[in-house]
Amino acid sequence: MNNPNKISINGNFFSFVQGETILSVAKKNCIEIPTLCYLKNTTPSGSCNICVVEIEGSADLVTACTTLAENNMEIHTESVKVIESRKSTLTALLSSGNHNCSICGTSSSGWTDFQLKVHKEDKTSQLCPVWGDCRLQDLAYRYQVTGNPDIKGFDKVYPLEDVNPFIVRDFSRCIMCGRCVKACREIQVNNAINFSDNKSIKKIITPEDNNLKNSDCVFCGECIQACPVGALVEKDVRYSTRPWETKKVKTTCSYCGVGCQIYLHVKDNQVVKVTGVEGNPPNYGSLCVKGRFGFNFIQSQDRLTTPLIKENGTFKEASWEEAFELVANKLKEIQKNHGSDSIGVLTSARVSNEENYVAHKFCRAVLKTNNIDHCARL
Amino acid sequence: MAGLAAAFGSGAMTNSIEDLEDADVILVTGSNTTENHPVLSSFIKRAFLRKTTKLLLVDPRKIKLAEFAHQWIQPNLGTDVAWINGLMHVIIKENLHDKDFVEKRTEGFEELKAVVEKFNPEYVEKITGIKASEIISAAKLFAQAKAGCIIYCMGITQHTTGTDNVKSLANLSMLCGNLGIRGGGVNPLRGQNNVQGACDMGGLPNVFTAYQPVTNKDARLKLEELWGVKDLSDKPGLTATQMVPLAHDKIVKALYIIGENPLVSDPDLNHAKKSFDNLDFLVVQDIFMTETAQAADVVFPSACFAEKDGTFSNTERRVQRIRKAVNPPGDAKTDWEILSGVAQKMGYNMDYKCAEDIMDEIRITTPSYKGITYQRIEKTGLHWPCPDENHPGTPILHTSQFPRGKGLFHAIDFIPPAEQTDDKYPLYLTTGRIIYHYHTGTMTRKVDGLNEQAPENFVEISSKDANQLDLKNNSMVKVASRRGTIEVRLKISEKAKQGTIFIPFHFAESAVNLLTNAALDPVSKIPEFKVCAVNLSAAA
Repeated sequence: MNNPNKISINGNFFSFVQGETILSVAKKNCIEIPTLCYLKNTTPSGSCNICVVEIEGSADLVTACTTLAENNMEIHTESVKVIESRKSTLTALLSSGNHNCSICGTSSSGWTDFQLKVHKEDKTSQLCPVWGDCRLQDLAYRYQVTGNPDIKGFDKVYPLEDVNPFIVRDFSRCIMCGRCVKACREIQVNNAINFSDNKSIKKIITPEDNNLKNSDCVFCGECIQACPVGALVEKDVRYSTRPWETKKVKTTCSYCGVGCQIYLHVKDNQVVKVTGVEGNPPNYGSLCVKGRFGFNFIQSQDRLTTPLIKENGTFKEASWEEAFELVANKLKEIQKNHGSDSIGVLTSARVSNEENYVAHKFCRAVLKTNNIDHCARL
Repeated sequence: MAGLAAAFGSGAMTNSIEDLEDADVILVTGSNTTENHPVLSSFIKRAFLRKTTKLLLVDPRKIKLAEFAHQWIQPNLGTDVAWINGLMHVIIKENLHDKDFVEKRTEGFEELKAVVEKFNPEYVEKITGIKASEIISAAKLFAQAKAGCIIYCMGITQHTTGTDNVKSLANLSMLCGNLGIRGGGVNPLRGQNNVQGACDMGGLPNVFTAYQPVTNKDARLKLEELWGVKDLSDKPGLTATQMVPLAHDKIVKALYIIGENPLVSDPDLNHAKKSFDNLDFLVVQDIFMTETAQAADVVFPSACFAEKDGTFSNTERRVQRIRKAVNPPGDAKTDWEILSGVAQKMGYNMDYKCAEDIMDEIRITTPSYKGITYQRIEKTGLHWPCPDENHPGTPILHTSQFPRGKGLFHAIDFIPPAEQTDDKYPLYLTTGRIIYHYHTGTMTRKVDGLNEQAPENFVEISSKDANQLDLKNNSMVKVASRRGTIEVRLKISEKAKQGTIFIPFHFAESAVNLLTNAALDPVSKIPEFKVCAVNLSAAA
């Protein structure tokens, strides 16, 4: 208690532990400091400058994600100076690339030269694919800024990459915040992408700047989930589904035994997208390629839709009543003629606990045998 | 699981996934974690990144995790008991074992000590091909960890000595006092979403829910009363790997199969196919017309995970909700509705209203699930055992004692794999999964993007072996074992160990299980998928 380790934020006092950043103290106490490049559980870089705060007695603003709290610091998170800084940072970001939510799309200004150059890549005249689900757009709204076509943005065009089946990389919308790099290198540790050593290359690259298909990328899609703008988007979702058209249902992934918590994004009784549930064990938002992109079997045309009974070697469609009747009679007959132990049940490691319980009860109480197993051994 | 049950009294992951990041050393063996459990592998890779944890990898193949390993040792296929005994030999010789833990928490140490005596590093080198010096350094690395965690998967269990392999890992963990602590434990990774739950729910021939033996009269009486039936059988039933040969011999007459595809996943498929032909009656309940469903007399269409409510239990014993997001196609029904429909017609009244209704009954019959309600797991799942509604769940097992009291060391000698290479079949074959597909491919091979990434079957081989056989990269080759032949594309890869080839088992059209050996572990009845002898030749 000799060293109270106290700071004040916006006039209120809070304690902290040595080594804690200002952002962490603020978050813990429900004070929102806006962030853009910061990604939880990774090394903060402070590169985007959105989380700047003012410390009394200090001439320069500091980034809250990289600055450690020090005793008796007096911090202001929304001072005039802070707000001016955030506004100019946001204006510069919005002016830099193809952010048509801000320039021309919803304003009376003309397209920027850069936007005109990349326009064809979108293959649509619609607004940005993540309109309404974009961190940069949210912040622009919050601070009431738009891009300024007079500010010179990117001059070089890096062509859009969509040669892999899962992820579209639209460099015209990238703000170089580096969240995807952290997601890839520090969360999933797949080490597929990075900043270029050559500072003049304003593009997140794979080693040798190959496309993702010819890199170490395993398409976990952690980068998409981390991307705060429209630079990384699921290929199937891009321009086909808007966030307000879907409802999210939280459930458990049905592939391996990790049991990742996922959101199924549903539109018109179809699953159109899967995302990881952040902040929830066991996966804390992470997924693999199967969990994130392997859902189309659900709405496959090959799904079985009606009971089938085989007659003379071919299946014919049957009613439930008919099929139930046939199976029940046949099982009873075999039970009677050959004994209960001549029947076996394979229950499933794929179905729910409730269903396994019912299968186990059916086998033991109705079929009267303990011949029940599943493929744990296979 | 039989191996862990024998050592501790219960068979499941002893620790939670999050625990991994607190381990000082993680020993991964028989698990290609980055491809089979990718999200879990990130916990291991992150621990490596923080330099707080060292990874000891034991795997014949140079899998991705080798890049993250502090030490990677490469044993010959099917020699697990030998290297584990070798590690224990060194640990005991160098006096590195946890004497306090061994004395207070275990029994059978003297017998173990006697059996590992002969497994000196030179002897182990002869069997496993691992250099004696590497066995010594691996032993020291693991023993000196404060918290040492063991992770394994089917590469350990799918052997005729699978149970021995698991018991040996349990021995190693107990010897180093790694049980009941954060960051420690013996952790089998479950390959399918609800293997744990299927086991917990009595989907096993010898036990009811929560592993209550069918031979236990009290357990039977309790169920008879609740279910309103008499004379539940007290005779342990048949395992899946026993049912199929008995169907071949026409002793098993009918099979009722739910959501499984044994006609791709079983070993020695030619034999399995004959067995299915010999059945009088086959019912299959599935979401697709699988290879097995095609052989059925009646096929029931069922709802998939996105179309129903319920729970899955993950590999770390965490019971989590699944929720209905979309309607099932056509007339498809949930598996419990279908089973109830058949039961009704057979004269047994089974009329659950919803999945939660069934969970209420599970909580009565399953002591380890008693405290788990849908309300409690609305946001985050709970780890069983959870004996009452105020219990927080149990992420770490065996903290003060084992279900069987003391942990039991098993003194185990090395037995070679059932099938050896010879002049005619000079290469070893091992099988497994790849990241883009899942099990028999029923689901993933319906996803275009995954097919684009991994369109066809292949055999992975070392460049030396390929050169010796004069086989070209990307050419089609014939792979033959004593049981069958398949044609696949040859891929020369750094991953492959010389003398051993690898083929994934997702591809029904060139099913590797036409080659594999159905020889079973005598206790767990798990087939030896991971070792058989084959030869390779250019396809015509």
